[in-house]
Amino acid sequence: MQTPDARPMFDTDELVINMGPQHPSTHGVLRLVLKLDGEKVRDCDAVIGYLHRGVEKLCESRDYTQVVLITDRMDYVAAATNNLGYVETVEKLMSLEVPRRALYIRTILSELQRVASHLLWLGTHAADIGALTVLLFGLRERELILDLFEEYCGARLTYNTMRIGGQPWDVQPGWDKKVLQFCDIQEQKLPEYEQLLTSNRIWMERTNDVGVISAADAIAIGLCGPPLRASGVARDVRKDEPYAAYAEMDFDVPIGVKGDTYDRYLVRLEEFRQSLRIIRQAVQGLPEGPIMGKVPRLIKPPAGETYHAIEAPKGEIGYFIASDGKSASPYRLRVRPPSFCNLQALRQLVRGHLIADVVALIGTIDIVLGEVDR
Amino acid sequence: MGVGRGTGMSDEQTPTPDATPAASVPAGAPADADKPAAVKPEAAAAPKPEGAPKPAAKPAAPKPAAPPAPIVPPDPAPPADTPFPLFIQAVQASFEDDVEHVSYFVGDWAIIVKPSRLVEIVTFLRDENGCKFDYLSDLTAADWPARTDRRFDVILCLYSTKLKHRVRVKVRVADGEAVPSVTGVWPAANWLEREVWDMFGVPFSGHPDLRRILMPLDWQGHPQRKDYPLEGPGELLLENPQEWLKARSAVVEAEIK
Repeated sequence: MQTPDARPMFDTDELVINMGPQHPSTHGVLRLVLKLDGEKVRDCDAVIGYLHRGVEKLCESRDYTQVVLITDRMDYVAAATNNLGYVETVEKLMSLEVPRRALYIRTILSELQRVASHLLWLGTHAADIGALTVLLFGLRERELILDLFEEYCGARLTYNTMRIGGQPWDVQPGWDKKVLQFCDIQEQKLPEYEQLLTSNRIWMERTNDVGVISAADAIAIGLCGPPLRASGVARDVRKDEPYAAYAEMDFDVPIGVKGDTYDRYLVRLEEFRQSLRIIRQAVQGLPEGPIMGKVPRLIKPPAGETYHAIEAPKGEIGYFIASDGKSASPYRLRVRPPSFCNLQALRQLVRGHLIADVVALIGTIDIVLGEVDR
Repeated sequence: MGVGRGTGMSDEQTPTPDATPAASVPAGAPADADKPAAVKPEAAAAPKPEGAPKPAAKPAAPKPAAPPAPIVPPDPAPPADTPFPLFIQAVQASFEDDVEHVSYFVGDWAIIVKPSRLVEIVTFLRDENGCKFDYLSDLTAADWPARTDRRFDVILCLYSTKLKHRVRVKVRVADGEAVPSVTGVWPAANWLEREVWDMFGVPFSGHPDLRRILMPLDWQGHPQRKDYPLEGPGELLLENPQEWLKARSAVVEAEIK
């Protein structure tokens, strides 16, 4: 990237600047060291670890039931899917049978969580680019979901709402009707966001052809979730390796064409509709029966290792658990954090773009630093 | 658990169980205010006797020495009636001497290979028809100090976006022994290998940028190792900071030398 017609008296030097860790658009404590040529970004190094709490190490001294609570604190805007990934991994390790009703409740909760997480993403991403109204709209609907969660489990952010072998609580009478009502409200509100953004000239200028990544590159760099699908890879753990009750649900996996920021926006917007579709099916088909399977009083999986992944709002969240068969706490617990793997692609995405686009690109990969640093 | 659900229902219901002794709603507030006050002396008194014996008990109870039973990773061999999937057969055919073991547990296949041929084997797994493991899901490590000769497992979780199957590739290495980096096969391995280096101290040869990633750059030690201390300096830092500083710098100097 050479400066055209560089006159000797206006020589440009490369400038290294720090963005963050206390920068409102970095969504937490992310520090980017940017190497600039004028206003163009030539290279970028992400410095992370400011929120490192040693979650994986901490789990080694907690028993299997207590770990559910710790998983809440990783991706704190999508705690239910973190719980789900963990409990399913332990269930796989112990070969436990989970009742169908519990699987359906889990499906409803994780899809509600996906809508809530995408709403927060939409709001903050649009606010970063300059459309503040969408943030207010997004938080308005997210509040309804938090109310539903509060009615189900009593918490609004860190839910701790799943147990190994089933669900701790059955749904309240009338809760399912409220969920369906919410689906109707959300369906009506989606055109409002689209009206503000989808054909907005400024939004399109800021997102079209920004941070293009091809399908092959996206797979190689390990992108997951909506950013991977926006590059045209129809990869969704819900479809490819069905868990919970997703095998019985009818839904589509939206994919993008170009793999730019605008495509990632469109993919997530369509995922709202698909999530609502799944919620409606799961609520209407909610089977009767027990919510807790047969679980030993002391959870002590047999010696062995396993890796299990689910589709969190941000991408594939995987848990690798090694059990020694002797203790009641995991010998080794590893979380494959989707935000961490997506953030790694940022360097590739921002090269050659303007500083203002960096803000858009941090928003588009949808990271939560609590999960990146763990 | 069932009781806990009721508390989240609405704000009006929550005070009622607590305020049952109080006759009316306005009386509830002082009653609640009294309760913490009554609890406080107990709570304040309770930690003190607990806190006092603790420092005495700490050096006496060597926790890491408590489980002396040798713990080694279980890599169960597949049952005799389970046929190997085609991709494992292909690897076994092409790298006969380099596959140490094939294990199967709760539906997961894992291949344990020799570290020296890791890059060739994963390249084969990525490119070969019938394997096509093009997506590196995860790269991590586990520390098994009981296995004294080769203490660390480095684990690669591979996935195929085309054929939609999974396999894990494992290598076992000794402390300080380098693992060939797979960043040339999947750029995704870059940060994952940095994290393994940071947390376990397993070096990767051929990695373009092997720095710490989560811990500060000047950090000493590798926190995810099993012998890494779980507790900080504890009482010594509070009681005698000068002594603590001396002890700490002695350790640092010894490491630099």
